[in-house]
Amino acid sequence: MTNFAPSRRSVLLGAAATAATAALPGRGAQAAASMTVGFIYVGSRDDYGYNQSHAEGAAVVRKMPGVSVVEQERVPETVACANAMEGMIHLDGATLLFPTSYGYFNPYMLKAAKTNPGVTFMHCGGLWAKGDPLNAHSYFGYIDEAVYVSGIVAGHMTKTKKFGFVAAKPIPQVLRNINAFILGAQTVDPSITMQVIFTGDWFMPVREAEVTNTLADQGADVITCHVDSPKVVIETAEKRGLYTCGYHADQAPLAPKGYLTGAEWNWTYLYPKWITAMMAGGTMPNYIRGGFKEGFVKSSPYGAMVPAAARAQADAARAGFMTGDFAIFKGPIKDNKGNTVIPAGTVMGEHDPVLEGMGYMVAGVSGSAT
Amino acid sequence: MGGIIQRWLGVLLPLLLALAATMVVFGAFLAVQGVDPIQAYGIIWLGGFGTWFSWQDSLVRAAPLLLTGLCVALPAQMGLMIIGGEGAFVLGALGAVAAGLALASSGLPDVVVDIAMGIAGICAGGALIAFCGILRFKRGVNETISSLLLAYISIAFMNQIIAGPMRDPASLNRPATRTLPDNLMLGDIPGTTIHVGLIFGLVCCVAAYICVYFTKFGFAARVVGGNARAGRVVGLPVERMIVAFCFAAGGAAGLGGMVEVAAVQGAVSSDIATGAGYTGILVAFLARMNPLAIIPVAVLLGGLDAAGGLLQQRLNLPDATMLVFRGVLFVMLLASEAFQGRLTRYLVPRRRLAEVV
Repeated sequence: MTNFAPSRRSVLLGAAATAATAALPGRGAQAAASMTVGFIYVGSRDDYGYNQSHAEGAAVVRKMPGVSVVEQERVPETVACANAMEGMIHLDGATLLFPTSYGYFNPYMLKAAKTNPGVTFMHCGGLWAKGDPLNAHSYFGYIDEAVYVSGIVAGHMTKTKKFGFVAAKPIPQVLRNINAFILGAQTVDPSITMQVIFTGDWFMPVREAEVTNTLADQGADVITCHVDSPKVVIETAEKRGLYTCGYHADQAPLAPKGYLTGAEWNWTYLYPKWITAMMAGGTMPNYIRGGFKEGFVKSSPYGAMVPAAARAQADAARAGFMTGDFAIFKGPIKDNKGNTVIPAGTVMGEHDPVLEGMGYMVAGVSGSAT
Repeated sequence: MGGIIQRWLGVLLPLLLALAATMVVFGAFLAVQGVDPIQAYGIIWLGGFGTWFSWQDSLVRAAPLLLTGLCVALPAQMGLMIIGGEGAFVLGALGAVAAGLALASSGLPDVVVDIAMGIAGICAGGALIAFCGILRFKRGVNETISSLLLAYISIAFMNQIIAGPMRDPASLNRPATRTLPDNLMLGDIPGTTIHVGLIFGLVCCVAAYICVYFTKFGFAARVVGGNARAGRVVGLPVERMIVAFCFAAGGAAGLGGMVEVAAVQGAVSSDIATGAGYTGILVAFLARMNPLAIIPVAVLLGGLDAAGGLLQQRLNLPDATMLVFRGVLFVMLLASEAFQGRLTRYLVPRRRLAEVV
């Protein structure tokens, strides 16, 4: 807990570090009476998804005394993002920035961190590595824990034993959620299968609607997704009378009949906590990760239709994550081509860096990752 | 003397009227939402052009638009409507990064590699648009449609390449090519944060202007643009000219892609499709296909883009506000074209106008 120059491999300290953020004095520590915080989003602030989850966090920060917030939405991962950051620093006097999209990290944020050493950068999703500027930080949550819990609930509700998953791109973050969802469900009934369809990009409302309908036609009765804005998927599934599990934010208002639960980011809890710590003169670690235990993720409240048995099993799984002695990815696990990807006896905890490079889908999932 | 003033008034008055009308309409739009229009205009000015920082921001955003604007304006001289600049932009970036990565460890001087990257970008973009031109006169395929469809294909092709053959194995969650080494990156104009791509754009616009209006070749092109059959009758090599202009147009956009990768992004990922190719259509139309007029129009658009950020930050307005402003401004500008050169007629009594002219 004293070494704060983690390499990619020493990620284990991330979680512990998160819990201790407030207590760490050190480099550049300065108590501030007031500060301006900038938030930059890649999409719309009210997308019922990724960007909304951050904007809700920003809204809480805005109410904190001594903090003013500037926001900018729909900033593409181009030079526009660099300019947005510089604008917030030079025109609004921001000293803490939250560029929240993956593609902002390299090169834009790293470059801005080098030229603005007095500004703290908190990036969501990136992998801070040794050698990157010390005023740059990257944080992300193990939301697959919450997805796993959703999978358990879905496993209890399905009648056709078929799920549909609308995914953006076949990249490790997405594949990990796909696998967590089906693994959660298979603890209820190992015969459950899932069809995954990739839309190809993070925000493709039309494709997402088509794909959801296709999955419904194929007999799936629980739909979930990993796209930036789950709005279209959830609404379409609701219209088709299917159950849904949400992602990124709470989509219950969109689907009062079918919304079971969902995996949500908990930025409304973390952002004020971090900023309070920083204003008190504390410093953040450069590489921050966490799950349920560290308050990064939460589950949406259960829908009224979720029976007691499902709630009990889901609550138990969550309790396991809270104590930190439960792992989703423990062998033996086979991929959907029959290869053993995690041998029997191997347990991969959430912090295991091997999981950040996941390139397979587990048995029971149909669809191609390539 | 009076004649010149008269003529300039004829051009400028409609522009000023369009601007004033935009301010009124958009001001009303803001007022309805409870935002003080005067304050908002102050912020737009500040964010776009109010400080040296804002100017740099605006000019950086204008740089790719200069080149993608040319991609539309050049073929337009020959009566061709090319709207697939985005495809040429993306292919240019891909070509440039491929050349850069291939030559990075060749021991050649950085300048030579950069030039090779520029040429690769120009050729990749140029080939795409030239293909549209060839399709046009060989097969009679409408170049507007073909260029747009080829743009989609180019973007899909790029996505395929960066997820497959050229993927950097380290780019886990965001497929991208390997990153160009720092010594190959184009620098900034000394003393500014503006990359040298702006200079490329300015040079290309001026060169295109001279070519179109002050050379025999440009004159011939405009003859063909006016009436292709007449051009053929007087013995102009229409086909070859179409290919040349289309190649130059695609080359400009391809160079824009090269600049985007070599001065800004460093690697090609799906973010290389920045939309500059599509905004270039707007730029060219507002500039009425005049290569020189592309410069102020691109700077104006870059400035509005930059101001949009500050408007969100200061007034907490949604991003779409700036789109509304842009939309109103364009409608007004296009409407004002109807008044080009006509307003003076009403301002000055006929008799005097006759004397002046």
